[in-house]
Amino acid sequence: MQIPNKLLAQAAGMAALLTLTQCFTDKQNEGERFYTQYCANCHMDDGSGLRNLIPPLAGADYLESHRDELACIIKHGQTGNIVVNGKNYNQGMPAFEQLDKGEITNILNYVQTSFGNSNERFTIREVELQLNKCRHLLER
Amino acid sequence: MNRSSISNSGFVILLVLLAGLLQGCSGGPDANSELPYLGERQVVQRESGGQQVADTVYHRIPDFAFINQDSQVVTSLTLQDKVYVTDFFFTTCPTICPKMKSQMLRVYEAFKDEPQLVLLSHTIDPAHDTVAVLRDYAERLQVSSDKWHFVTGEKDSIYDIALQYMVTAQEDQEEPGGFVHSGAFVLVDQNRHVRGIYDGTDPAQVDKLIRDIPALLDSNKKKKKKQDADTQ
Repeated sequence: MQIPNKLLAQAAGMAALLTLTQCFTDKQNEGERFYTQYCANCHMDDGSGLRNLIPPLAGADYLESHRDELACIIKHGQTGNIVVNGKNYNQGMPAFEQLDKGEITNILNYVQTSFGNSNERFTIREVELQLNKCRHLLER
Repeated sequence: MNRSSISNSGFVILLVLLAGLLQGCSGGPDANSELPYLGERQVVQRESGGQQVADTVYHRIPDFAFINQDSQVVTSLTLQDKVYVTDFFFTTCPTICPKMKSQMLRVYEAFKDEPQLVLLSHTIDPAHDTVAVLRDYAERLQVSSDKWHFVTGEKDSIYDIALQYMVTAQEDQEEPGGFVHSGAFVLVDQNRHVRGIYDGTDPAQVDKLIRDIPALLDSNKKKKKKQDADTQ
């Protein structure tokens, strides 16, 4: 009884260590790197957007009020009018279907915690559940 | 002994480098006041007072006519005697265009009160970017159409004039959004000569553009003054 417990503790320790070291690899900056690659052209490096054309991400109420839709917006894009901080935007956003749930999680967490934002972070599980809801869009 | 000679030669290299740096610095502002003429040039012989004179003819943007966001025709005459900055984009561009536009806004703001400087953005997707679409785009950018023309026109005319500005613009189904184009901002003087080409996605190059523009505006003012003095 004692030995398996010890083994379990060791395994847990190893797992924790692995997770920790993961944080110090490239993965740590993946959100920022992907943001720069896929998002910053339109939303700008500082998340300020472009006047009334492209909505800001910095201080955007949309990130909280539409939290449940964010993963699907990145994966499948967005069309039509949207309201961010009381302003109308209608530029449309392209889809990034090549991004997987882990990459989308990292991008979202970068956005939620950068540009002065301090919104709740996403887990991969939460993003996965959101993506399940818009899976049908892939078969268009 | 050996070590000191190495450090000596290192010192000399350092001095040479420093001298180069200093020269580079002092050369900077001078280079700005004399902007180059870009593009092909020809030497043309002509007769003047019974003598053969050689004139250098610089590359000049040919006449053009496009329609802007207010349905007004914008021609080479509209821009006569003005300095302008031009670029090529399309409103649905998912790549570099918004960055270019945010940088062009910096130029717009810097010369807001300078009527002799205008901006001219050509769409390379005239099928989609109609006058109405361009008007909506300009309104959302909150810019005045006197200062910043967003123009559309015949597709061939737009692609041809892009070549004259030495800018790449092509349809390409492989590219995101369906077009390939450069992010260049082209600076054109009062006589439609290209005087500078800058990367419109690079804030440092746009800084340089903003620093270069007054040199062209000033040279026109000086010319004007001289003309006024000559006529008096």
